[in-house]
Order: sequence, then structure tokens, then C-alpha cells
Amino acid sequence: MPDRAEKTSTGHIGGVLRSLAESPIWVPLLAILTAMIVGGIVIALTGGNPFAAYAGLLQGALGSKKALSETAVWATPYIFAGLAVALAFKGGLFNIGAEGQLALGAVTAAWIGYALPDVLGVSIPPVIHISLAVGGGMLAGLIWSAIPGALKAYTGGHEVINTIMMNYIALNMTSYLLNGPMKDPSPTNVIARTPQIAESARIPPIFPGLRVHWGFVLALVVAFITWWLLWKTTLGFEIRTVGANPDAARYAGISVKRIIILTMAFSGLLAGLAGAIEVTGLNYRHELGFSIGYGFDAIAIALLGKTHPLGVVLAALLFGAMRNGATRMQFLTQIPVDVISVIQALILLFVAADAIIRYIYRIKAPAERVVLTRGWGG
Amino acid sequence: MDWRRFLFILLIIAILFGVVVLIGKAQVSPLVIIMSMLATTLMVATPLTLGALSGVFCENAAVINIGIEGMMLAAAFFGWLAAIYMNSIFHYPTMPSLIVGVIVAVLVGGLLGLLLAVLSVTFKVDQIIGGTVINILAVGITGYLNRQLFFEKGSIFHGNVPHAPGVLPTLHIPVPEALSAVCNLLPSPQGCLEFANALGKVFDQRPIAIIAIVLVFVSHYVLFYTRWGLRTRAVGEHPRAADTVGISVEKVRYANVIIGGLLAGLAGAYFTIESVPSFEPLMTNGRGFISLAAMIFGNWTPIGAWTAALIFGAAQAMQINLQFFRELIPPQWAFLQISYIVGLAPYILTMIILTGIVGKTIPPAADGQPYEK
Repeated sequence: MPDRAEKTSTGHIGGVLRSLAESPIWVPLLAILTAMIVGGIVIALTGGNPFAAYAGLLQGALGSKKALSETAVWATPYIFAGLAVALAFKGGLFNIGAEGQLALGAVTAAWIGYALPDVLGVSIPPVIHISLAVGGGMLAGLIWSAIPGALKAYTGGHEVINTIMMNYIALNMTSYLLNGPMKDPSPTNVIARTPQIAESARIPPIFPGLRVHWGFVLALVVAFITWWLLWKTTLGFEIRTVGANPDAARYAGISVKRIIILTMAFSGLLAGLAGAIEVTGLNYRHELGFSIGYGFDAIAIALLGKTHPLGVVLAALLFGAMRNGATRMQFLTQIPVDVISVIQALILLFVAADAIIRYIYRIKAPAERVVLTRGWGG
Repeated sequence: MDWRRFLFILLIIAILFGVVVLIGKAQVSPLVIIMSMLATTLMVATPLTLGALSGVFCENAAVINIGIEGMMLAAAFFGWLAAIYMNSIFHYPTMPSLIVGVIVAVLVGGLLGLLLAVLSVTFKVDQIIGGTVINILAVGITGYLNRQLFFEKGSIFHGNVPHAPGVLPTLHIPVPEALSAVCNLLPSPQGCLEFANALGKVFDQRPIAIIAIVLVFVSHYVLFYTRWGLRTRAVGEHPRAADTVGISVEKVRYANVIIGGLLAGLAGAYFTIESVPSFEPLMTNGRGFISLAAMIFGNWTPIGAWTAALIFGAAQAMQINLQFFRELIPPQWAFLQISYIVGLAPYILTMIILTGIVGKTIPPAADGQPYEK
């Protein structure tokens, strides 16, 4: 952190270097570097050229105006979903259910987008229609995560297993809806997808000709709001206190049950928002299978960003750049885009097990251990 | 296991079986349906049983293993790959190839167990995060290799997925024969013979399913009647006390987490070497997580975990067997025709069980906590 560097550097270069070396950003950066090296070895072992692969990745991610726009497009749902997981971590909860919450947010937004005008029999003005669709998606995500939140608060059922079960239930529900009642009825359609949403429910692009839309800006604003909520409000203080030490929170008079449910609800709201924005800003419909993997990516992003909103935004941009660049990489080198999942898993491994990185690069450990999750008992 | 939970398990299984019997009895006799459900239940519960045993070993040594799902998936892929390599590239006959496949699957599981042990015991990483790392790593690696090795241009099999050498053969345990021999001694053997005949299916099981059931009782013996088990449980309940009397907490945890990995690996082999001869990305479909629920409901004991796994097996068996009676489903029960809805049963059951309304269970006292000397 720069402010720490200023404090300790009273003209001594050594002091500056030492505080730079102790800065918390090194571990994530070195984790990324190490993951890229190990990923390169995996590519080489399976018959690819890692240098060509990474060159293609870079070109596809940042090489042109269009590439930058696509990176932002990819990063948008990652920011929302990453914030969802990070917020839950702050409250001592592990939300593996972002995937299901996101899918239900997307389905709900799609329904409001294509069916609501017909149901009401009126055309809805754009701003209102977009707000309804996005709000509906947020509500769906909120409900889907408040259930495991309430189960955790009142019965102790562990949120890790319950959110995963809710993922499978959401997946079955969306499969049913998109293959049945909500399936796009146009005669040429054979895919499990909804009809296109009305023009009035679509978030416009920022620049003509590029796909990046105002949802990206909204993601940045929401990241700021999340930071503000966590560090500038009483509720945020309560969430962080429950996350750090629920017993202390209880002694301080905080209703731990209420905070657990609220934290999960906010988390699901953000994940639902990710799905709703994908539908209203980018795809203009929900299609089965588009969201596979967002939930796991979101966990990696939250941990890479050290569960801080700013860190989440940076990690989401990195993951977005990688996912986006991977398509170009596959086109140039025939290495499947799936290799990105391997590299991302390795990043997560090295970030989670930061002791490995500290050991390899001889970085001092921080004084206190941060508690992220709790076992079955807690 | 306390009687309340045992009754609950019996009740749920009876309900799940009853639904199929009620619908199918117009076409097939209830006895045959019950036996067929029982056979399917034992079969599909196999990965859950092994997964739950994996959790039992890890958590009795106080290491939470949320990575069972990923261990199963990776083992399923690499076991399958090894069997294909042996059969299509080295031209070994079917059986040796399959056996090598199972061994590779088990070892891959063990290797991931070792990774979990390194992360959680040596580096003291948050155990749930450590397990999640394994899950994500398994999805990434299997997805990538599946594409890179089989479907890309210039891949080793040139875009054609070779046929795996098949699946492990069904073994017949001659219990029904023994029973019919007894029946023939009776004055009116008719009903008894019918029963013995119907029982045939239940004792036609494939090797991993049989091994899984044997392992339940072996694990029970090991955990509760051997020095190893006593040390494991000591480390799980009160590591400091165990340390004081000279037990190496680290070693015991390493050993048990690796055993857990090996068991999850065998569960993985079930998917691609025993159930179907093919691999699909994400094919474990949450079984690893359901196993954990079974372990919790079974109060961290092998036999308890197995009976809980049978509930989920029965739920899945209901889904499978209902497909045979699709046309017989009455209109007011039409939702049972929609596989998306019937398929929800195991997931909803898991959530209900975790609420503890059928009795709370208690994890090992030190479960999930790294040990600091």
C-alpha cells in the first residue's frame, strides 16, 4: 500500500524497498505469474507452444479497440459475481451458489424483458422496463440466496452444501423453463433459449459499433457502493464484525442471525444482477449453458481480489481479459480456450495457499491470519 | 445410530419405493419392482457411499474435505484415459486395461488427497478454500485435456474419441440360488421360489459396488476397533492430547486425508469404468457434495454414512425406474413425468437433512481446525 510506504520511508531507500516487499499486492501478482508459468508448462506438455499461446492471449485481450471492449464485456458479470462472493466472505459466509443465483436472475430478467409488455398489454417506456427487468433479476437472486442464508441462521445447515444444492435446483428449473414454458417459439429454433427481450428492456451500448454497454459502468458504480456499504455504514460494520468473530458480535449486541440472512441476501442480489445485466445489456435473451462456470470463476476472483471491492474489479478485469483473449489464442494456436480454466484454477491455488508463494519467493507472512470460512459447527 | 434417524431413513426409502410400486403395479408385480429398485439403489449409491467414506476418514482426522467432487471428477477422467491408452494404444486386452484404469483413478484420487493434505495440514490453508481449489482445478484440467487430447486438430486421437474398452462386468453372488435350495426343502416352495427368483437382480452387482459395501464395514472396523482408528479419532477430537501422548498429528492427518482421496478416486472410477464407458465434463453432477451431506447425516460414521447414502440412491433409483412406467403415471401426478422435477429429489432431501430436523449430528470436535503446536 502506498500510504504505508510513505510512512516508513523517511528518506531511506531500504525502508521503501522493505515496505514495497511487504505490500499485500505482491502475493496476488506473484500468484498470477506462477500460475502463468505452470500453465505454460501444461500447454507445452500437451503439445502446444506456450509463447505463441500467451502472445495470442494478449493480442486478443488488449490488441485493439474491439478487444478492449470485449474484455470489458467479459469483465462485467465477473465484477458483479465476484462482488457477490467477496461480500459473503466479509460476513464469514461462503456463497458457492452465485451460479444458480445468476441463472435465476437471468431467467427472471429475460421473462420481464420479453413477456411483461404482453402480459400488461401496454408498451413500457425504456428506462422503466430496464429497471423492472434488472430489479426482477436482483430480486430472484436475493430470494435464491436468502433461503440458504435463513437455513444457516436458524438451523445451522451449512451454506456451502446448501448453496450448491440450490445451484442444481436452479439448473433443473431453468432447464425445465427454457425447454418448456419459456422456450423461444420461433419455428427455426431448436435451442433451449428464451425469445429476445423487447427493445425497451435493452441497455444501450456505450460506443456505437462496440458491444461494451452501460452495464460495465454500473458494475464499477456497484463496486463503489459495495465498498461504501462495507466500510462506511453501520450495517457494513456489523457484517464485517460477524465475519471476523460471531461470538464477539453477539456480545456487542448484533443480531448474528439477521446479519447472516442479510449478507446472503445482498450477495445473491449481486449475483442476480450479474445475470440480469448479461440478459439486458448483452445477449438480449437467456440461453441454457451460458452461465456455466461463472460461480466458480467468481470465487477465484473474490479470493484473488482479497475480498476487497477494488481488488475484485481488478481481478475481474484480468479474468475478463483472459477469457476474451482465449478465443483469439484458440484461433491462432488451436489450443482450446479451456486452458484458461486451468490457469485460473492455478491462480486460485496460489492465492488461497499464499504460504506456497511466500515460501517460493521468500515473502514474510502477515502478522494475523484472516478467517474466511467456518466448518460445520460454526 | 439413534433409532429416530434410522426410522427416518427407512420411511423415506419406503416412500420413494412406494411411489414407483403404486405407479408400476398395473404392469409389474410389486415384488419385482421392489427388488429392481433395491438393485438400482445399491448400484447408484456406490459413488455416494465411497464419497461419504472419504469424508468420514478425512473429517475424523479433523480435515474437512469439500474437494471430494473434484477428486471424483479427476479420477473419473484419468482412469478412463488410462483404460483407453492401455486398450487402444498399447493394445492390452479389455480386462487388464480396465483394471489399470481403476488403479489409475484410485491413485489420482490419492494424489489430490495428498494435495489437500499439503494445503490444509502443512500450509494451514482454510480447508474449505483448499477443497474448492481442488474442485475448480479438476473441472479445469479435465475440461482442457478432454478437448486438447480428443477434439482438437492434431490431437492424439485426431478428433475421434476412441471407444473405451467397456465397463467392468457384472458379478453374480449366488445368494438367490442358495435361497432357492432352502425353498425346495419347504412343503409349499412356490412363493419362496418366486421371492428367490426376484432377489436375483439385487445380487447382480458390478465390482466397485460390491467393494464399496465391503469397505463400509472394513472402515467401521478400522475406525472403531483398531489402534489406527483410535489415533485418528484422537487427532480429530483433541489433537493436543494426542500430541501430548506422542501421536504425530501431522502424520495421522496426512495418512487419513490420502486414504480419503483414494476412496474418492475409487468413486470416480465408478463413473467412467463401471457405470458408463465414457467421460463427460462435469459428469459427477454434485455427487461429491451429496456424499458430504450423507456423511453429516450419518454422524461421521461409516455405517451411518452408508445408510444415508442409500436414501439418495433410492431417490435416484426412483427417477430411473419411473422412466419405465412413464405412460402409467396418472394425470394428477403428471409432474412425475418431468425428469427435471423428479431429479430435484436428492438435492431437496439433502437440504432438509442438513436442517437437522431429524436430529442434529455432532462433528469431531477439532473438525476444520489446523493444528498449531
